[in-house]
Order: sequence, then structure tokens, then C-alpha cells
Amino acid sequence: MQTGNAPNQIRKVIFASSVGTLIEWYDFYIFGSLAPIIAAQFFPKGNPTAALLSTLATFAAGFIVRPFGALVFGRLGDKVGRKYTFLLTLILMGGSTFAIGLVPGYETIGFAAPLLVLMLRLVQGLALGGEYGGAATYVAEHSPAHRRGFFTSWIQTTATLGLLLSLGIILITRKSLDQDAAASIRAFESWGWRIPFWFSIILVGMSIYIRLKMHESPLFSKLKAEGKTSVNPIKESLMHKGNLKMVLLALFGATMGQGVVWYTGQFYAQTFLETACQVDFEQTRTILIWAIIFATPLFIVFGYWSDKIGRKWIIMAGLLLAVFSYRPIYQQMLKITDTQKSVADPSATRIESVINPASGKDFSLQTTTTLQFYQNGITERRVHADTLFTDGTERSGSNDKISKELPDQSYWAIVALIFIQIVFVTMVYGPIAAFLVEIFPTKIRYTSMSLPYHLGNGVFGGMTPFIAVLLGTIYTGDVLVGLWYPIAVAAVCLVIGVIYLNNRIDPDVND
Amino acid sequence: MNQVKKVLGLVWIVFGLTAYGLLLKTCSEQIELKPTTDTIIQWSIFAIIFLPIAIGFLIFGWLAFQGAYDSLPESSEAVEE
Repeated sequence: MQTGNAPNQIRKVIFASSVGTLIEWYDFYIFGSLAPIIAAQFFPKGNPTAALLSTLATFAAGFIVRPFGALVFGRLGDKVGRKYTFLLTLILMGGSTFAIGLVPGYETIGFAAPLLVLMLRLVQGLALGGEYGGAATYVAEHSPAHRRGFFTSWIQTTATLGLLLSLGIILITRKSLDQDAAASIRAFESWGWRIPFWFSIILVGMSIYIRLKMHESPLFSKLKAEGKTSVNPIKESLMHKGNLKMVLLALFGATMGQGVVWYTGQFYAQTFLETACQVDFEQTRTILIWAIIFATPLFIVFGYWSDKIGRKWIIMAGLLLAVFSYRPIYQQMLKITDTQKSVADPSATRIESVINPASGKDFSLQTTTTLQFYQNGITERRVHADTLFTDGTERSGSNDKISKELPDQSYWAIVALIFIQIVFVTMVYGPIAAFLVEIFPTKIRYTSMSLPYHLGNGVFGGMTPFIAVLLGTIYTGDVLVGLWYPIAVAAVCLVIGVIYLNNRIDPDVND
Repeated sequence: MNQVKKVLGLVWIVFGLTAYGLLLKTCSEQIELKPTTDTIIQWSIFAIIFLPIAIGFLIFGWLAFQGAYDSLPESSEAVEE
């Protein structure tokens, strides 16, 4: 069945599946990338109800709802079919993303605004939970056994490319709303942030058109024709001991480690650069973009390689490298961006002060920007805000906002360090779709593989930036303390994987 | 190797209990330290999300101790047996 597919047909299958999944990741990440702006628009600070909704929108969609999406759509995919289920997830994701871009702000419709955004974000999380398993299963069930790793690795590029697309669209929109750079950023923060959400509908429309032309998975069609589809896939996945043990093994021996490595390399690295290293907003994004562009082909390389030597040891090697090199890598990132040990040229220091009167108020805002040029080539911009009252009193802003612009050499050194982390991502993530597909039977595959994937990726992985930052606020003495979370999870996963997983490539997923 | 897998099963059970206990302890300490809505919701979500995962880890440890992972199935029929 699988080997009979013409090369042209399998290319179409991969393209149709990958484009849709990439768009779903794009939709999911633009919300995360624009979180501070969305918070300002919909979740006003100081309002406890809004704070509650904001926290729920951040956590619930990414962590709680995704595994539920995996169960709901997995069940549908195992009963109705792969094609229609992941078509449905695409429509739900695209529709909710577009709608977020249309919701009026808190100032216009009050609490209805954050409530609507929360609901739409939940739909996004549900849809994402159902998408990946469908796309990976669909491609794997069309693939010949000896090329399953290679073909499914194209699906594995989509999460990273979705992140890349979201970063790119946001940067382009942010820069192109006005000829004056500052005015363009202001316009973006006021209304332009909606454009990346609206843009999604065009991508989703195209993807739906492509997917509608595809046929159902041959293995699922055969199963359905024979009347062998599962009556209750969730029950069979979780209540049957033989399958439950494989779900648990997939989670604790592979996907939880893969999740933390994925999120550390591509999300926590970004947070760390911006907060601990204080690198400029735009440079942080472009650094990540370059690293992703250089590393993405390796998803395919490791997927291809896994067809030759098996999936297990590539994934385990990625985990091992991550466990032992995270701290040295982040230490090096701190060292490169450090200005404490470098001397600033005092004659080159520039100070600019601007006073903006607040209309109708009895005070003005004074913004003082100090530019310092360090010997190591770093330009540090320190912005200090003061409130000047008309009666002559002055209130100084509590925190200076610091951002550093890196010279070329340091910039590319950081790109290299992020690249190394994304190489680990490609090792653990490239072969994992083939690995998951092979350990579950066709009739409950969609449900069974989606659950450990979204628990590992969504819960363990998605939590990484938050837990790492929280650890930093509890144990303030060590700026790298946040790394212990991904290191510990990856280390436990590595031990379980090495001991309990086997390296067998399933010659026949048609059972 | 099968003996190692079984013994480690007990280690996973102890590890799962300890890790979740530590999480609960940190949650209550942090909420006590800063009892704002944000902190309470955030840490409660952590505690709730990791509960089923901790239970799953205990089941994994128990299955390993029972020898369920001594050999892995090589076909769907073997999974379903």
C-alpha cells in the first residue's frame, strides 16, 4: 500500500500537510510573540479580573487545552478519518486567529474584550492539539517504511518554520507602517499588531484549498472499509494496559525531553537574550531568525539518518548534548554580552533628554537616553524616565530600561550559540514523528501519539520559559538557575529512553 | 538489563512522589510569600497540571517494576494483547 505511492504523490502529501501545520504553528506563535502588546490592549494592569484572564489565556491555551485537543481531535481522526479532522483543526485555528485580530480593545467594549480573546485562544490551543498528530500520521501512512523518517521530518520543520514566519511577519509589519521608525513602532503597538492575525486568513484559505484536494490516508481507508476502526479510541489508548504503557514510555522516554529542548533552544534563549543579556529587541529576533534558517535543514538530515540507524540514538544523543552543554552555552552568551568588564569611552557618551507634557495633567514626562560605547564594541542604550510636576517636584522612575546593540562579531557569535541549541532541537525533534507513528496501531494512532506529544511538548516544553524565569525570581543568586529545569527533565528522559526504548524501525505500520 | 528496569521502576515511583511533593511545597511557599491573584492562579495551575503527570509517572514506575517493559511489542497485535 505505502510503497506503491508515486514520488509525485508523496510530495503532494508532504506539501499539503506541512503547509497547513506550518500555518497552525504560525497562528499559535504570533499570540505568544505579541503577548505584551495583547496584554496592554486587552488585559489592563492593576485589574485583578483582567490579570486572572491574562494568566489563563497564557497558560490554559498552551498547556491545559492542547492535550485535550489531542484527545478530542485524535478520537475524531481515529473514527472519522485523518483528512477531515486536520482540515477541521485548520479551519478552527485560522478562524480564531483572524477573529483575535478583530476583537475591539478593553477600552472599547470592557470585559467582553479579554473574555473573547481568552475563548479564541482556547480554540487555538484545542486546534493545535489536534493538528500535529493528524499531519504526522497522514504523512507516515503514505510513506514507504524505509523513508518514513525522511518524509515525516518535513512535518517536523513546520513548528520551527512557523515560529520563523511569525517573527518575520511581526518584524516586517513593525517596520513598515510609517517611514519614521519610531512612528512605525507606535502605530504597530496601537493597531498594526492586528495585521499578522489578519494575514493568517490568507494562508489558511490557501492551505484549505490544497488540503481539500487530498485523499484520505490509504491505511485508514483500508481499516474503515474492513470495519476495523476503533469504537472508542480514547478508551483503547488509555485504558488498555498494553497501549497505556507505550503512551507513558513515549512521554517519559522521548517527548518530555524533546519538549524542553525545543522550548529552551527557541523560546527561553530569546527570553534570556532579552532579559538577562539585555540585547536589543530587534537584534534578539534577527539572531533567532538566522539561527533557525541555518539549522532547519538539519531536521531533514536527522529524519533521513534515522531511517538508516534508527530513531532512538539520534534523539538520545540530542538530549545528552543538551544536558551537558546548556550551562556552558548560556555562560558564554552572558560573557559575550557583558559590559561590566569592558570600559566605556566617556568622550563618546551621548545623552539626549526629551520632555513631553502630558495633556490636561499637572506633570510632564522627561525621558533621558544615554548611549554608551564600550571597548568590546557594544552600544548600550539606557533610558531613564522622570515625572516632572508643575509645582517643581520630581519623581524619578524606578528602573532604567537597558538595551544593548551588539557589534558584528558578537552578534554572529550569539547566532552560533543559538544555532547549536537548535541543532539539538533538530536531533530530538527530526525523527520523533516517525518514532511515535511506529509505536502505536493504526486504529488508535492519531489519539495515542497526539497525547504524549502534546503533554511533552505543550506541558513540559511550553512551561520551560515560565518555570525558568520563576526559578530566577526564587533563587536570585544564579542567573543560570532557570536552566536546571530543562536540564533535569532532559536528563530523566535520557535515562528512561536509553534504558527502556528500543531502536527498532517498524517495517510495517499497516497493522 | 530487565532487573535494572524493574529496580529503576521503584526509583521512578519515589522520584515522582518526591518531585511532586517539592512542587507542592514550592507552590505553598510562593503563594504565602506573595498572595496576589496572579501568583495564586499561576502556582495553582502548575500544581493541577503536574498532578496527572505525576500519577502517570507513578504508573510508569509501577509498570516497570512489574516487568511490563522487559520486552516491547513488535506489532500492533502484541500491543493489544
